[in-house]
Amino acid sequence: MTRRWITVDGNEATASVAHRVNEVIAIYPITPSSTMGELADEWSSKGRKNIWGLVPQVMEMQSEGGAAGAVHGALQGGALATTFTASQGLLLMIPNLYKIAGELTSFTMHVTARTIATHALSIFGDHSDVMACRQTGVAMLSSGNVQEAHDFALISHAASLKSRVPFMHFFDGFRTSHEVSKIEELTDDDLRAMMPDELIEAHRQRALTPDHPVLRGTAQNPDAFFQAREAANGYYDACPQIVIDAMTQFAAMTGRQYDLFEYAGHPQAERVIVIMGSGAETAKDTADALGKTGEKVGVITVRLFRPFSVANLVEKLPKTVQAIAVLDRTKEPGAVGEPLYMDVLSAISEARAAGSFAGPMPIMCGGRYGLGSKEFTPAMVKAVFDELQKDQPKPHFTVGIMDDVTHLSLTVDESFDLDSTRPEVVRAVFFGLGADGTVGANKNSIKIIGEDTDNFAQGYFVYDSKKSGSFTISHLRFGPNPIRAPYLIKRASFVACHQYDFLDKFDVLDLAQPGATVLLNSPYGPDELWQHLSVEVQREIVTKHLKVYVIDGYKVAREVGMGNRINTIMQTCFFAISGVLPREEAIAKIKSAIEKTYGKRGESIVQANFKAVDRTLEHLFEMKVPTAVTATRQMPPVVADNAPNFVKRVTGVMLANKGDLLPVSAFPVDGTWPMGTTKWEKRNIAVEIPAWDEALCIQCNKCAMVCPHAAIRAKVYPVGDTAGAPATFKFVDFKGTDFPGQKYTIQVAPEDCTGCTLCVAVCPAKDKSNPKHKALDMVEQRPLRDAERENFAFFLDLPEVNRAVVKSDLKSSQFLQPLFEFSGACAGCGETPYLKLLTQLFGDRALIANATGCSSIYGGNLPTTPYTTNKDGRGPSWANSLFEDNAEFGLGMRLAVDHHREEAILLLETLAARGVVPFALAGTLLEFDEPDEAGIQAQRVRVRDLKKVLQSRTDAESKRLLGLADYLVKKSVWIVGGDGWAYDIGYGGLDHVLSLGRNINILVLDTEVYSNTGGQQSKATPLGASAKFAVSGKATGKKDLGMMAMAYRNVYVARVAFGAKDAQTLKAFQEAEAYPGTSIIIAYSHCIAHGYDMAHGLDQQKAAVDSGHWPLFRFDPRRADEDKPSLMLDSPAPKIGLDKYVRGESRYRMIEQSHPERFKELMAQAQLDVNARQALYEELATKKA
Amino acid sequence: MDLTTTYLGLTLPHPIMPGASPLAHDLDAVRRLEDAGAAAIVMHSLFEEQITRDELGMMHHMLVHDDSNAEALSYFPMVEDFPFGPDRYLEQVRAIKAAVKVPVIASLNGTTPEGWLAYARQIQSAGADALELNFYHVATNPLETGAEVETRLLDTVRAIKGHISIPVAVKLSPFYSSMSHLALELEAAGADGIVMFNRFYQPDIDPEMLECVPRLQLSTPDELLLRLRWLAILSGKTTISLAATGGVHSGIDALKAVMAGAHAVQMTSALLHHGPGRLTTALKELRQWLLDHEYNSLWQAQGSMSLSKSPNPEAFERGNYMRILQTWHPGVRSAR
Repeated sequence: MTRRWITVDGNEATASVAHRVNEVIAIYPITPSSTMGELADEWSSKGRKNIWGLVPQVMEMQSEGGAAGAVHGALQGGALATTFTASQGLLLMIPNLYKIAGELTSFTMHVTARTIATHALSIFGDHSDVMACRQTGVAMLSSGNVQEAHDFALISHAASLKSRVPFMHFFDGFRTSHEVSKIEELTDDDLRAMMPDELIEAHRQRALTPDHPVLRGTAQNPDAFFQAREAANGYYDACPQIVIDAMTQFAAMTGRQYDLFEYAGHPQAERVIVIMGSGAETAKDTADALGKTGEKVGVITVRLFRPFSVANLVEKLPKTVQAIAVLDRTKEPGAVGEPLYMDVLSAISEARAAGSFAGPMPIMCGGRYGLGSKEFTPAMVKAVFDELQKDQPKPHFTVGIMDDVTHLSLTVDESFDLDSTRPEVVRAVFFGLGADGTVGANKNSIKIIGEDTDNFAQGYFVYDSKKSGSFTISHLRFGPNPIRAPYLIKRASFVACHQYDFLDKFDVLDLAQPGATVLLNSPYGPDELWQHLSVEVQREIVTKHLKVYVIDGYKVAREVGMGNRINTIMQTCFFAISGVLPREEAIAKIKSAIEKTYGKRGESIVQANFKAVDRTLEHLFEMKVPTAVTATRQMPPVVADNAPNFVKRVTGVMLANKGDLLPVSAFPVDGTWPMGTTKWEKRNIAVEIPAWDEALCIQCNKCAMVCPHAAIRAKVYPVGDTAGAPATFKFVDFKGTDFPGQKYTIQVAPEDCTGCTLCVAVCPAKDKSNPKHKALDMVEQRPLRDAERENFAFFLDLPEVNRAVVKSDLKSSQFLQPLFEFSGACAGCGETPYLKLLTQLFGDRALIANATGCSSIYGGNLPTTPYTTNKDGRGPSWANSLFEDNAEFGLGMRLAVDHHREEAILLLETLAARGVVPFALAGTLLEFDEPDEAGIQAQRVRVRDLKKVLQSRTDAESKRLLGLADYLVKKSVWIVGGDGWAYDIGYGGLDHVLSLGRNINILVLDTEVYSNTGGQQSKATPLGASAKFAVSGKATGKKDLGMMAMAYRNVYVARVAFGAKDAQTLKAFQEAEAYPGTSIIIAYSHCIAHGYDMAHGLDQQKAAVDSGHWPLFRFDPRRADEDKPSLMLDSPAPKIGLDKYVRGESRYRMIEQSHPERFKELMAQAQLDVNARQALYEELATKKA
Repeated sequence: MDLTTTYLGLTLPHPIMPGASPLAHDLDAVRRLEDAGAAAIVMHSLFEEQITRDELGMMHHMLVHDDSNAEALSYFPMVEDFPFGPDRYLEQVRAIKAAVKVPVIASLNGTTPEGWLAYARQIQSAGADALELNFYHVATNPLETGAEVETRLLDTVRAIKGHISIPVAVKLSPFYSSMSHLALELEAAGADGIVMFNRFYQPDIDPEMLECVPRLQLSTPDELLLRLRWLAILSGKTTISLAATGGVHSGIDALKAVMAGAHAVQMTSALLHHGPGRLTTALKELRQWLLDHEYNSLWQAQGSMSLSKSPNPEAFERGNYMRILQTWHPGVRSAR
């Protein structure tokens, strides 16, 4: 069998081996490892077999803890089993890792090393997760690039089989897991050769079986445990040599020789870096370059971190070494040094003591680098080597950041660069929008060059944190030699900007090296573009002598019927002008790739793409570059001048994509972040925004209700307040009776609107003579931007309505100020309207515990965050702890708040008894139960009076009460999360909290799938819908979480869908909050993972309810006191068949099209389930509790 | 009684077959149609929009969010293996071919000679014995002339004939200026038959919601008359096959269509309303009538009442109009 060259990312490279050498794969999605599980599931569902001719069983579990347990069981059952995970997921597996290791079980897991959440969550890469497992007893093998990830996947499986020590094979999250690279693929024969039958048989012989039973998992006492724990030592002693043997066998097969520790560099090196993971590539490359200039430097790459072979390390270390820097990609606060440093230090000390390492003790330094995927570049490596040359190098340092607080960081000479020394390598950087297909096109280009030519190729992709309108930066390298440069391109020979607006937002051309080729997707042609560019852009073009090409990609895309997908067009331009391949050859290859990619999907797509390729070259022009800058316009500021200092100083820098430059002192020490920063980020991503026809409007406020981004708002205000309004500011008389004589305005935030059109969809006010025209119509944003910006600012300055006089109906609720605005959620998001409503109703007294997921990302991902405050400075206090613990986290908040309130009451009673606090004030403070907004306001006034009384007091009780007085106003505690949390990983905790009866409100944003990690099935996924891990349609029904909660009988339960019945949603929120015990609201949330245009989200919500898929109800235990059934059905019996609901959604249609017969069966069952549930609910709704 | 007929070059035991309808979605219904005696199965239409919009639409909604977010590089499982377009239709062609012995006539519905027509070839490969091209054109573009519409129709027919070797019937709407001329042009363009006529789905208006609502109404036997006239006019003028569809509810209706010139008669609304068994009844009625009236074969009746053979051809021309006008008595109205 000959080996193929393939271009894959690290995840696929690893999964390719893991899937072929295992029988059972249990997983749970977590970034950045999810892809490995998804691929394994995809391959198994397609019937792809392992090397023994059987299809591995892939099982998605409810958490990583569950996956580890399942794997443990499978191993005990004698199967070859694996799992993939990272970060918090790996932490959840730790208990089982101890068990699996303690039982000397052959097992290999694959980990994309990722940061553990501390002061903040980070989805990016470092070694903090794997380092937290170094004590479990698993062997730890580290790979540093995509080829190694592929190779080490096999070596670790082979070594574990032989040694019986379980292995954790890990590589850097994102940098290796997501880097696309050309590698040599191992054949099944290679795999078979390393996985001998007799070792597999031995593994099976150790299985639990009643045919020759054994017992494991005993409980041991002081007499036995210790000795038994030591009994396995020999296996660990033997393990390093077994790994060496496996590596030797592997080298004989493939020619790629690895070792436990590998040395590269000057043979008489005096300065050595010890490092593990992808950073070793950079370090070796740099040492090599420095060596050529005569510097005596070298690098030890650590492969096998556990069991740590002192002998192998010492053997590799040059005897001439005088100073060693051990670099750790993790942080262990309070330790003498980070783990790798400590181990190397101990190893050398021990070796010197034992005499195996002669010579003086080298100077030992420990450095931290690359936390949370911080870049690690050749310049940083050089800084480390330079530090080692000093008389007194810093014993502990950081590199890659500027630490102006504890001054641990090394100074880096950014001008040092290796890329520019390699003219044979094409380095191309592409700026694109997520939705324009730039990344996909680049992945495709890499495949073309990697697989169809002799060149090597590398691709790495940077994404911003937004769900909609996000930008992407692709870094591509092509060259005749293998590319080992795991860092971003700083000097590009080709820069493409696929979005014209980026030129005014980011320093796009900063990355272009002098003489580079630049490709701009511009609405302006080659003759007029120059005059539209800013001074800064023109200057870079002139001074760097850039060659500029222009195309109006969107025009071509529209002409060939591709909408906004400019991927093929821009890809064609790249090949046409970069010269990577001869033009004709490149075009033929692009077409063949199109055929390959889209051939199965349909002829229309292929033809549209072909047309795009053919039309591109006619529209591609070189711009004549003037010799001097002629522009007078500067790039606009990133944030407005009136932004707060922190926003300008910190957020603004991050928004300009220059956050790496911020020093340590710029950041809060504990992850605490200011509120309401999204309003300073003017994203301008909507091509069209709604325009209000005030004459037609019936003032229902439904538009404000459904807006996912709080970008359309309603206000009612006194007539005099319109004085000084901008000329185009619109207002009319308020039509209701509750605010007589006042004015009314619907206002759009033009730069924050995402253009989702939900407001237009919900608008019921049609022009009778021209029903196409409604009170809200979508119009082009750009011409309105300036005027509406001014109008929105004026609108914000208008007084907010007095909450105490607002009625409790839906219309009135939308006069309340949203304290959740302009989040990074998808355009048309089905979750955020609920959160916005929550903040409108209770935001000024709410604490929110938010489970990890979409809602924590758009709720708390930097640079800007959406939770904000009202004019009094009050607003929702929000925190994300973890994914799995959110119910418990929120419960803890409740306990703390209750405790504070209890203490405040006690102190108030004490101080009233002492006469410090007037008796009347204390009495009203204690007695009032704040049934409504007026009550809350009155209580706040009393608290203010109380504080006045306490302010001047010096006694301990008064001071304590002063600090706690605000707790005399009731707080509203909300636990918020998605279905992945509520139905799966967090269900145990959720169930426990439901059982306690504490005054807590739970909001489940149910998208029926793991949205944040990319559409994996959860137990909320409905029967028949496709999702990852339910490729051919989920075969089991959706868990009825509402029914489970109702079973407690004392929990308020509501099931809502704002797009179907907004008034019921509002009622449920009000009742849930007012309910003095635990309440849970399960909220239907349409989602891009359902596969349709979110503009129809409200229609689908209605169809979900009308079909009985999503019955609306409220279960209020208080009704039992009135001798009524607790359950009230708020939606009638199904009006339409389930088929009418599902037919618009791709998640169902893909099953209908791929497995029509199965789909028919699944839908028939789903319909039966709907009927049965409806019957049950109807019965419960008629029975008294 | 010999009821055999030749339609699109296919020799059929009799002329009655189901017209394009959702019945063909369901294999069981197809089997019941065959059991009921259907001479052939005409499948439901694969729409041009279904091909182009489904493909592009599903691609858009499923792929547009790909590679946009570091945590979720995609939102759907292994998309590349899901057929976005008409694969399911092709599957159904195969399944029906495997399930029944009678000829299977697939149906494509579209109005442009574009890339989607490539599916005609796949339909042929899937085993269809013939193809019905439903040129469902609603003239909304004020800039397009009637001649241009006809040119587009002919181009589409030529394009489709270029893709496949099985016979192609063209299903038309009645709204052409010169149907007889068009029939000859279609014949020249390679069409093997003409199916008359399409029934437009007429949208209704919801005055409460100020919305147009789609509505599907089943045909009534009255609608047959329009077909009879044009069958009679075309019969004998063109050598290609003619079929009637729309308003055929009984064996006598079918007989009339054959007499007007039809080689095949499609029943749709009656089957949707009464079930496949209605076809058996109609077939019995046809046979019985011919027996009762001592015909030797169906062939004897075929085209017997066409414009060229009818004893009173003016009935199909202006004369019919004049006669009705003249025989209509105002007194009927005033008699109330």
